Amino acid sequence: MNAERVELTLTVNGEPRAVAVEPRKTLADTLREDCGLTGTHLGCEHGVCGACTVLVDDEPVRSCLMFAVQCSGVEIRTVEGLADGDRLHPIQQAFWEHHGLQCGFCTPGFLMLATSVLEARPDIGDEELREVLASNLCRCTGYQNIITSVHAARDQMRP
Amino acid sequence: MKPAAFDYRAPRTLEEALGLLREHQDEAKVLAGGQSLVPAMNFRLARPAVLVDIARVPGLDRIDLDDPGSVTVGARVRHLDLEHNTIPGPLGVLLARTGRWVGHYPIRVRGTFGGSLAHADPAAEWCALACALDAEIHCRSANGARVVEACDFFEQMAFTTCLAPDELLMGVRLPSLGDSWGVGMAEFARRWGDFAIVLAIAAVERDGDSVARARIALGGVAGGPVRAAHAEAALSGRAATPESVAAAAAAAAEEVDPTGDIHGSADYRRDLVRTMVTRALNQALA
Repeated sequence: MNAERVELTLTVNGEPRAVAVEPRKTLADTLREDCGLTGTHLGCEHGVCGACTVLVDDEPVRSCLMFAVQCSGVEIRTVEGLADGDRLHPIQQAFWEHHGLQCGFCTPGFLMLATSVLEARPDIGDEELREVLASNLCRCTGYQNIITSVHAARDQMRP
Repeated sequence: MKPAAFDYRAPRTLEEALGLLREHQDEAKVLAGGQSLVPAMNFRLARPAVLVDIARVPGLDRIDLDDPGSVTVGARVRHLDLEHNTIPGPLGVLLARTGRWVGHYPIRVRGTFGGSLAHADPAAEWCALACALDAEIHCRSANGARVVEACDFFEQMAFTTCLAPDELLMGVRLPSLGDSWGVGMAEFARRWGDFAIVLAIAAVERDGDSVARARIALGGVAGGPVRAAHAEAALSGRAATPESVAAAAAAAAEEVDPTGDIHGSADYRRDLVRTMVTRALNQALA
């Protein structure tokens, strides 16, 4: 079995990142440890909680269930790529204004999940949005305010 | 919660992929969407020495509509692609209805149809659907190709199929149900996105006011998906009435032999079979 590192270049938030990782290293661990992007959080590490959700080619993916070696040639987006300098992304602003976070652990995953779905479907209905947001867990159980925040962001982001 | 070390291979041709499987046999595992395999690896329930990533093998992500009598779904077609129905007729309706029950949205973004069948979770939606429709599972190894009927593909032991270690599941041929068919799908889980406690898939061919043929399969009641043969017989050739649906649902509940676990007792599952079959049939006959 191979513990040798593989050299590859990831594209994260539009920037190339050269890393050397063992094949068994997940995208989540690679983002955190090799790219220094610790905004992506790891909760369950088996694809249940959604805290580690990032966007791969604009689609939401659980980065604990993907290996970094699978990621050459794709565009990865993480929570660090949302804000424009000091200006929050509309989804971040909405979470701020509507108290969409308490402890904040699940927040990066929810932000990325919501961003992808609102970009892809700006007119998504309340019921379907609820189903999508049910993908991720919030152990503070702050779901109502998360839903309120995403509704507000939807109204803001609609073209 | 970190996987054991493995060699990563990403073949660019089918021949190369099959060669790797032949070389490494049961030391190797095929990686497609990874939504079941990677959790198992993170828990170290699976410790493959070699991971053969089929993402770059051409052709496996196609839905083939060329044959008028059937639709062939490539192994790497994602749950999401089937949920966003592009297949005409009742088969497309059934695939779309069923697709949205497979895990959560981010799981459906990565997870694949063929991967679900090869993984063979007893409560998996696609396994029951393949069984209900007598799908043909197309398998290939370096030594040649073979076709297995879905109901023979799944062993009655959880997570077990007849796929050999050196074989790749290439795709699944499903009958393109004509307009005389109606389809239904019902599932019960404690929370949205969870695995089913019980699920039922139904396809019913109408002949005027009566039922010419019924196909019913269940998930969550045995080691693999099962056909409800008695329920099918109770409905076939009968008038499509609430009474005949009730008789079929009762027959299904009678013929299964579920075991109880933390999610529900055997009696509870049996009761759910009756309810799920009723709902799936009512949808199919609507």
